[in-house]
Amino acid sequence: MSAISREDVVHLARLAHIEMSDAELDKMTGELGVIVDAIASVSEAAGADVPATSHPIPLSNVFREDVVGETLTVEQALQNAPDSEDSRFKVPAILDEE
Amino acid sequence: MTEIIKLSATELAEKLRAGEVTSVQAVQAHLDRIAAVDGGERGVNAFLHLNAEEALAVAAEVDTIRAAGGAEAEALHPLAGVPIAIKDLIVTVGQPTTAGSRMLEGWMSPYDATVITKIRAAKLPMLGKTNLDEFAMGSSTEHSAYGPTRNPWDLDRIPGGSGGGSAAAVAAFEAPLALGTDTGGSIRQPGAVTGTVGVKPTYGGVSRYGAIAMASSLDQIGPVSRTVLDSAYLHELIGGHDPRDSTSLNEPVPALVEAARQGLTGDLTGVRVGVIAELQGEGYEAGVQARFDESLEVLRAAGAEIVEVHCPNFKYALGAYYLIMPSEVSSNLAKFDGVRYGKRVIPADGPVTIERVMGATRAAGFGDEVKRRIILGTYALSAGYYDAYYGSAQKVRTLVQRDFDAAFEKADVLISPTAPTVAFALGSKTDDPLAMYLNDVATIPANLAGVPGISVPGGLSEGLPVGIQFLAPAHEDARLYRVGAALESLLEKGWGGPLISQAPDLASAEKEGVA
Repeated sequence: MSAISREDVVHLARLAHIEMSDAELDKMTGELGVIVDAIASVSEAAGADVPATSHPIPLSNVFREDVVGETLTVEQALQNAPDSEDSRFKVPAILDEE
Repeated sequence: MTEIIKLSATELAEKLRAGEVTSVQAVQAHLDRIAAVDGGERGVNAFLHLNAEEALAVAAEVDTIRAAGGAEAEALHPLAGVPIAIKDLIVTVGQPTTAGSRMLEGWMSPYDATVITKIRAAKLPMLGKTNLDEFAMGSSTEHSAYGPTRNPWDLDRIPGGSGGGSAAAVAAFEAPLALGTDTGGSIRQPGAVTGTVGVKPTYGGVSRYGAIAMASSLDQIGPVSRTVLDSAYLHELIGGHDPRDSTSLNEPVPALVEAARQGLTGDLTGVRVGVIAELQGEGYEAGVQARFDESLEVLRAAGAEIVEVHCPNFKYALGAYYLIMPSEVSSNLAKFDGVRYGKRVIPADGPVTIERVMGATRAAGFGDEVKRRIILGTYALSAGYYDAYYGSAQKVRTLVQRDFDAAFEKADVLISPTAPTVAFALGSKTDDPLAMYLNDVATIPANLAGVPGISVPGGLSEGLPVGIQFLAPAHEDARLYRVGAALESLLEKGWGGPLISQAPDLASAEKEGVA
């Protein structure tokens, strides 16, 4: 079982939107390798005939009436926002160079 | 009269009803205790925030109602006026909720968790918010961004985790009751290493609305206390169906207090207790094994039938957990993006785009363990690995459930040590994530299968508490309270009182440290 490569971790960190220094990437690569090796046996534990379980106690069709419930006021919704303007969340530029 | 802080929640509630103590006195006594033992360089550090003003106001309200008498006083909840501490993963209006993370430093929730709504309705004064591993990820509370909590039995040791703050607060007599959350053992393992009681209810038995999600198919809120009966009262209060949590079970809360009282008689005639062969022996400290074996003898003497059960797939449970949990973590924590709430970090140089702000915010806002789990989860869910890892782990979940089903055909409850070791030294495992993960080897199977579990004090090994875990079938939480209370009362007869009364006196321990 091959451990995670440093390139894998660079890619994963980008997917997860976590900036990492070179030192962090090195450390993370080593630690994840150890962890993945330790848990890899899971992939051989169950045969093809075993169904997957996503929730321990399955419930289905949990619906509610389609009515307006309790809602937050604009002030409540924005009270923790890092930045806001005109009753809206203010988002940094989506695209570069605009 | 016994010191107020040493009373169990149930004893304190009786004195409040009898008018021997007021709720204001009770709250003040606990605030004084917190002031004496929680702060400073060698303080317990169980609390991240104190809610003294509101707690005293709620206490005064209860006292006024009691003094006036009549229907309103009669209608008070049995625990009205008994103070409680809240794990800082559970959102509260009027108090910050940090989840132990820099990401949410100073964040004020605009809404209450359902368990908090119930606690407010029952008029339990909330003393404050307790420390935890960041976003509940850890087994030692050392991953908190606000410094570790210390174990009241030995201030140089861990109090367990992630709910080390709640367990230590209760063990240090800073609160008679606390709320915890348990995703892989975060209520039960801290209970074990601090000599207190902690219960993970059946999945869906207590609403999780307002508990900041870590791994949604595993998380469960539950009670933390010094006695089994106290946990039963708190569990009955917080349990029950909540339409705001779509995984909440639509069924009445079982009669848990009644079950605990039945257990306190000490008679377990006809109860079948299954010893899980796979959760003992290698990897378990000799002192832990010795206390466990003694507990079995006590249960046998009380009339229980001890049988051995095998759960061959439990050996895969830890691996499956460390695939499923991080996968759900990577998804649940994607919302911390620096836009709607929480921290925002602007990159020092270069263009300020949302993507770069997110990367810088999450780099600065999350600690190492959280990053590790997000990356691991992202890996397990990524194309090419999904079937081998996440898919396989979900199948193991089915196998673990089948093991439980088979075991519960032979036994009414199962038993194991809660944790393989007693509390270890602060700092001894922070550089070895895998060694840290192994602490939860005995508690994780219950989360994977959704079954309830309790940890009760089982005695000391080298002067430190050992926990005994009982597990019951889903929906059968009452069985835990019966056998848990029985074991507790029988062991206490041998000890001549609660185990916690053997804990060192913190006030004098601190003085020694200074001298």
